[in-house]
Amino acid sequence: MTAPAVAAAATRFDPRLAQRKLWGTIFLGACMVAIGILLVSLVLLLIDILRGVPWLDAQFLTSYPSRRPAQAGVLPALVGSIELGLIVAAVTFPIGVGAAIYLQEYARDSTVTRLLRTNIANLAGVPSIIYGIFGLAIFVRALALGTSIMAGALTLSLLILPVVIVASIEALRAVPNSQREGALALGATQWQMVRGSVLPAAAPGIVTGIILAMARAIGEAAPLIIVGAVGFVTFLPTPLAPGYTVLPITVFDWASRPQADFQGIAAAAIIVILVIMVFLNVLALVIRVRLSRNIQW
Amino acid sequence: MTAATSSLARRKATSERVIETLLFLAAALGVFTTVGIIIVLAFQAVEFFAIVNPVDFLTGTVWSANIQPYHFGVLALVASTMLVAVIALIVAIPLGLLAAIYLAEYASMRVRNLVKPLLETIAGVPTIVLGFFGLTFVTPNLLKPLFGSSIGTFNGLAAGLVVGLLITPLIASLSEDALRAVPRGLREGSLAMGATKFETTRRVVFPAALSGVMASIILALSRAIGETMIVVLCMGTSPKLTFNPLESGQTMTAFIAQISSGDTPQGSIQFKSLFAVALVLFAMTLALNLVSNRIVSRFRNVY
Repeated sequence: MTAPAVAAAATRFDPRLAQRKLWGTIFLGACMVAIGILLVSLVLLLIDILRGVPWLDAQFLTSYPSRRPAQAGVLPALVGSIELGLIVAAVTFPIGVGAAIYLQEYARDSTVTRLLRTNIANLAGVPSIIYGIFGLAIFVRALALGTSIMAGALTLSLLILPVVIVASIEALRAVPNSQREGALALGATQWQMVRGSVLPAAAPGIVTGIILAMARAIGEAAPLIIVGAVGFVTFLPTPLAPGYTVLPITVFDWASRPQADFQGIAAAAIIVILVIMVFLNVLALVIRVRLSRNIQW
Repeated sequence: MTAATSSLARRKATSERVIETLLFLAAALGVFTTVGIIIVLAFQAVEFFAIVNPVDFLTGTVWSANIQPYHFGVLALVASTMLVAVIALIVAIPLGLLAAIYLAEYASMRVRNLVKPLLETIAGVPTIVLGFFGLTFVTPNLLKPLFGSSIGTFNGLAAGLVVGLLITPLIASLSEDALRAVPRGLREGSLAMGATKFETTRRVVFPAALSGVMASIILALSRAIGETMIVVLCMGTSPKLTFNPLESGQTMTAFIAQISSGDTPQGSIQFKSLFAVALVLFAMTLALNLVSNRIVSRFRNVY
C-alpha cells in the first residue's frame, strides 16, 4: 500500500468496536427476520390449503367434476395427471440421459458442444407458456395429435428436458474417472464402458432427477392451457383421444369461480397434488438409497 | 483369422458410431426446440404484423383484443408485467440475499440443514398453488385489511408479492453458491486485519460475489416476467396501462393464457396477436438469460 492509501485507511478506521459489532448484530437480526418471513409464508400457505381437508374423502377421489361442489371429484384429473406423468418420464428418460451421456462422456470441447450447452441453459429459462405455444403448433396441429394427453405430455417433456439433462450430467460427473479407466483397460469400447460401468454408478442420481422432473410436470398448468387441457371433463381420458384434464387445470377451473365451496374443493385438489409430489420425492429418496447401496469406490 | 478380427473390429466401430450419433441427436434436440420456437413465433407474428403495424403494436398503450374497437398496444401488457416483476424483486432481493448470506456465512450446519429444505420446498410448490394462495389468502386476509375497499379482488400487489415468494429461493440458492465460491483466504485476511464478521461480509465477501449475485437477480427477473398461473389468478384479465398495484391488470402471459383457453377462433386477429405477444415475451426473457449467462461465465474466470 502507498503512504497516502495507508493514511486514507487510517482516517476511515473506526475505533468504536462495540458500535461496529452492534451493526453486525442488527444485520444478523435482519437475516433472522428474512428467514422468519419465508417460514411464516410457508405455514400460511399450508393453513390456507387445509381448508380443503373437509372435502377430501373417497367420494372426492372417485367422482367426476360437477356443477355442485359437494358432488364434484377429481377422478378424471387424477387419471390424466398420472398418465401425463408416466408419458413424460418415458419420453424424457432416454432423450435426457442420452443427451447427458453425449455432453459428459463423448463431446469434445468444441464450438458445437459449447453451443449445445449454452442452448440447454437458455431453454431452462424459456417461460413455460412459450413451450405451450410451441406444443400447440407442433404436436397439436402439425403432428395432428389434437388436444390429447400425448400432445400435452410431449410439450411438458420438452419443458423439463433441460432439468433432466442437467441432473443426469451432475450424476455422471460424480462418477470417478477410475471407473472409466478400469473399464477401458479391460478392453471395453466407449459405449461398453458407459453402459456397463458409468451408467450403473450414476443410476441413483439419474433416477432421482427423472422422478423429481416428473413431479414438476405433474404440477405444471400454464403450457397445458395452451395445448387444450380443459377443466370440465366427465370421462376418463386415454392418451391419444382428444379432451382431458389434469389436477392443476382442475384447480385453476375451480379456483376461478367465486363461490367459497369451489375454493374448498380447489384446495382439496391441491392437497391431492401435494400428496403425489411428496410421494414422488420420498420415492426418489428411497430409490437413491437402494441403488447406492451396491456402489462402492 | 486376421480377416475375422478386422471385420469384428469394424462391426464394433460401426455400432459405436451409430450410438454416438443417436446420443448426439438427443443432445441436439434442444437446438431444434429453440429454432422451432423462434420459427413458430416469428411466422405467426409476421401474419399479425401484416394486419397491425409493428410500430403501433410496440408503442401503443391501449390493449383491447376482445372488445371493439380493437387496439393492440402491447405496452399496456408490458406495463402490468413489469409492475408485477418490480414488486416481486422488491420482495425477493432483500429476502433472498439475507437468506443467502445467512446460509453461506452465519448458519451452523444444523440450522442450514433445516432452512435449506424449507427454501427448496417453496421453490417446488406448483405455481397454481401459489396463485391460489394469493387469490384466497394474500388479497382477502392480508391486503384487504390494509387497504380496505381501494384494493380489488384482482390486483397487481398480491400477484407481485406471491411471485416474489416464488423467486426468493432462486435468488437465495444461486447467491449462496456465489458467496460460497469466494475463497476462504479473503475472509481470513479481512478478519486478521481486525474487521468484524459483518464488515468482512459486507466489504469483502459480498463485493467478491457480486457478479454471481447480479446473475441470480437477473435470472429471477426473467422467471418473474414469464410466470403465468400466479398472475392469471391474482391479477385478473383486464388489460390497462397502469402502475397502480391496487388495480387489476393483465400481463403478457395472462393474455396468452386467456386467449388460448377461450373460444377464440384460430384464424382470428386475436389468436394471431397471441404469437406477437409471445415473441415479445420470449425476446425479453432470452435477453435477460443471455445477460445472466454472460455475467456468470465472466465471474467463473475470476478465481
